[in-house]
Amino acid sequence: MRRTYLDANASEPLRPEARAALTAALGLLGNPSSVHREGRAARRCLEDARERLAGTLGVRPEAVVLTAGGTEANALAVAGLAAGGRRVLVSATEHDCVRRAVAGAVTVPVDGNGVVSLAALGEALADDPGPALVCLMLANNETGTVQPVTEAAVLCRRFGALLHVDAVQGPGRLPLDEAVAAADTLALSGHKAGGPKGAGALVVQGDVHPLALIRGGGQERGLRAGTEPLPAIAGLAAAVEAAEAWRRDGGAERLGALKARIVAGLGAAVPAARVLSAAAETLPNTLCLALPGAAAATQVMALDLAGVAVSAGAACSSGKVGRSHVLEAMGLGAVAGEAIRVSLPWTATEADADAFLAAYAAMAARLARHAA
Amino acid sequence: MNAMPPRNRPVYLDNQATTPCDPRVLEAMLPWFTERFGNPHSAEHRMGQEAEAAVEAARAAVASLIGAEAREIVLTSGATESNNLAIKGAARFAAAHASPRRRIVTVATEHKCVLESVADLAAEGFEPVVLPVRPDGLLDPDVLAAAVDERTLLVSVMAVNNEIGVVQDLAAIGAVAKAAGALFHTDAAQAAGKIPLDVAALGVDLLSISGHKLYGPKGVGALYVRRRPRARLVPLFSGGGQERGMRSGTLPAPLVVGLGEACRIAAAEMEGEGLRLARLRDRLHEGLARAIPGIVLNGSAVARIPGNLNLTFPAATAEALMRACPDLCVSTGSACSSAAVEPSYVLTALGLPAEAASRTLRLGLGRFTSEADVDYAVAALAAAHEATAARA
Repeated sequence: MRRTYLDANASEPLRPEARAALTAALGLLGNPSSVHREGRAARRCLEDARERLAGTLGVRPEAVVLTAGGTEANALAVAGLAAGGRRVLVSATEHDCVRRAVAGAVTVPVDGNGVVSLAALGEALADDPGPALVCLMLANNETGTVQPVTEAAVLCRRFGALLHVDAVQGPGRLPLDEAVAAADTLALSGHKAGGPKGAGALVVQGDVHPLALIRGGGQERGLRAGTEPLPAIAGLAAAVEAAEAWRRDGGAERLGALKARIVAGLGAAVPAARVLSAAAETLPNTLCLALPGAAAATQVMALDLAGVAVSAGAACSSGKVGRSHVLEAMGLGAVAGEAIRVSLPWTATEADADAFLAAYAAMAARLARHAA
Repeated sequence: MNAMPPRNRPVYLDNQATTPCDPRVLEAMLPWFTERFGNPHSAEHRMGQEAEAAVEAARAAVASLIGAEAREIVLTSGATESNNLAIKGAARFAAAHASPRRRIVTVATEHKCVLESVADLAAEGFEPVVLPVRPDGLLDPDVLAAAVDERTLLVSVMAVNNEIGVVQDLAAIGAVAKAAGALFHTDAAQAAGKIPLDVAALGVDLLSISGHKLYGPKGVGALYVRRRPRARLVPLFSGGGQERGMRSGTLPAPLVVGLGEACRIAAAEMEGEGLRLARLRDRLHEGLARAIPGIVLNGSAVARIPGNLNLTFPAATAEALMRACPDLCVSTGSACSSAAVEPSYVLTALGLPAEAASRTLRLGLGRFTSEADVDYAVAALAAAHEATAARA
């Protein structure tokens, strides 16, 4: 059966540019810290990748700290900056790796569309004049809701707080320049940008010094010890560069049009379906859909059997049961257990959108018959 | 120099810094980078389930290499992370549960990531104890026994040293730790796949493995965490709760598949490869000793992995030898610090003066080292040594 993969926010298909960079780096033998010729070639590959990523983001190469992935990049920023006794404020819909990075973080509420309340953030910052770190994601992985990071940065500057932006879902979907300008630290993941799994990056700008989580060996200017995974890193840098070029060439707009095609089709075929975060700006590839009365797990399994891969929330927790903290924070009540995430990969076509529509409509009709 | 055989690439004798990825490992990994790219934690659809099944098969292969159960294997980004997780994780768990045990015992020749993890814990109220080693690089069991008591939380001793290749007596060390009720961690980055390791026989509670030191990819490693009796850890970072909460983050399925394949190959071929490497290593050692009288082997000649030599040359610095042999990839010590100018702290711990340490090279042989490579290295180093000594 033809498979339709609509779970890009869990993992994007590898981009050809990333594949080429990854394959070339797989042929390199040396350890980038060794001084002999092969070690130097590996070092060059590593530094080329760092410069390529820095160039795409418009930051200095020294600002790029390479990690094993987005989770570690987020943890390094949040736990590493909280280590000095800094208070941590997180928006209610942050990824678990940010929300749970430190104990005792203050939660800043979001509205019914998942947009953080800047008024509440300002109050929380005004509550305590001590040093603080605010964590606000560029866009949410479950609903696609885009957060006002620039406005949040203005508030942070006013109160002398640092801003960490989890931009893992950004590349290829949203311009990154505002987030880069707004953030003191910014996290990226390779495999969410169309690169391989196993590499991520934390951009650390200005006079900001997180405490390292993994030490010994002194790589990455002491911020992250361990032999660098060259192929994954080369793939990450190529993927982010390619994703951004692709977005500027109209790729993101094409995905937005496919999403609109799905929404329009649903309006006709399954009027009971409800688009969540509909009033907010969302990622062009992400659609969070609730079907009243139908458990999310049931929907995901039915669609998988019909050849369509979607998810009921974040992939990390999708093996477990339990409601999405994102939808709960949006005050959606029972709907939180009835929503699926449709996230279009960069490879998505009209045929994929139509396959989803057909499978979803058939599933909804079947569930309605059972309920009747 | 015209007598040298023509070569189309440098001879790589730095297999303790990193090993080339075995082509069979590469082949096993490639489809998981491309067509089969699902997130192994997307349990709800088939592409995620396929990746999860591949990850679990790899986990079983890692476990099998060290006589563990698959569910005792926590996958990480490499041995540095595994060592940080084992040491800091065990200490922080003990602290969170008000354990009176505060002492953490390790040895002076450990990898930096172990030494720094142990040192970092002093700031969290722990008592680091760094034991000396004998001139042959081995830990004296009496010295260990004197340092380990009922206040000891953790003993961390590496299985095989990365610079001098010596193999510690893990079973004896494990027995001392166990008798005191302490946990026993071993950094087996240089040992796994090179010498047989059995976690039950060795009495190990925590054991670190690196992918790229056993012909697998960089960016992946594992930590064995004993289940019975259970070794408990606090994770280094939190998030999606993967790896039973001990290591959050999307597992790099292709790299994990590569690690599993590397472990499978190592388990199947370790014995024969060990014999072959020991023969090549002896040929290299004998050839150099014949050509350069006065050359000295550092570290035990007996308790040693087959693929390592660490040699002090009588009349030339390591730097001069390396400069004179641009087609030979060797090193002065651990890769992480090999750009540094200080003498190796491992050699210093053996009692080598700084001047002798500066005349010392690490030669690491591996799966793809040939007899011709060894003969080239003997000829190149002998010529370089003679030329350097003559100039001095």
